[in-house]
Amino acid sequence: MSNLPIFDVAGSAMNAQSVRLSTIASNLANADSVAGTPDAVYRAKQPVFRAEGVPGDPSLAGVNVAEVRESTDAPLKRYEPGHPLADAQGYVYAPAVDPVAQMVDLISASRSYQANVEVFNSAKELALSTLQMGR
Amino acid sequence: MSDFLGIHGTALALREQRLQLLSANLANADTPGFKAQDLDFTSALQSALQPNAAAGDAIDAASQGARYQRPSSQPSVDGNTVDGEREHALFAQAALEYRASMTFVESKVRGMLTAITGQ
Repeated sequence: MSNLPIFDVAGSAMNAQSVRLSTIASNLANADSVAGTPDAVYRAKQPVFRAEGVPGDPSLAGVNVAEVRESTDAPLKRYEPGHPLADAQGYVYAPAVDPVAQMVDLISASRSYQANVEVFNSAKELALSTLQMGR
Repeated sequence: MSDFLGIHGTALALREQRLQLLSANLANADTPGFKAQDLDFTSALQSALQPNAAAGDAIDAASQGARYQRPSSQPSVDGNTVDGEREHALFAQAALEYRASMTFVESKVRGMLTAITGQ
């Protein structure tokens, strides 16, 4: 296997999926981070994937995280006059994070990560037995 | 040396190219707009074995020429045509075929070693 570009491809995908897992973790962790004003509230993050040629072979597409975009959804307004961060009208603002959608995304991301680990392992095994040919 | 290995040296190199394409498909299973690619192994092998083909470039040229976009069995909204499960199955099959080609090459090498050492 010349230059072993499969490792580059599977590695870039694992990297991208782990960025996705990190953003989901961040979104879930901050699902209840309320703020006193709509501008200060946490915004859900989502990575944008793009296919990009790997260094070993530009015609072979790995994955690159083009950007991590923040959600533009309006924050949820909740009436909690007893809250220390509540504004003059007694409202606090919570991020518009849907925990169920985030969990679904989490499962999808971890499955994709596993798939690429499997590809990586198969490629490694094949490369090793090629190296040991004729022994 | 390539004459000695016969068809199997070329086949092994092309099978590796196919594994690379399938790994790129699996890597891009979640990339919007990505089109799944595959290698038509039969036509790639035929064009790589043309008598007028140069040694190293023939395999690259043949694998570039035999690439095609594989349509998805189910349409997806983001334009991605990678089918995760099918891609998995194809990758496993391609890895097995790579091993088969490798076994053929290996038995050739063993035969030559026996001839050289005479044991």
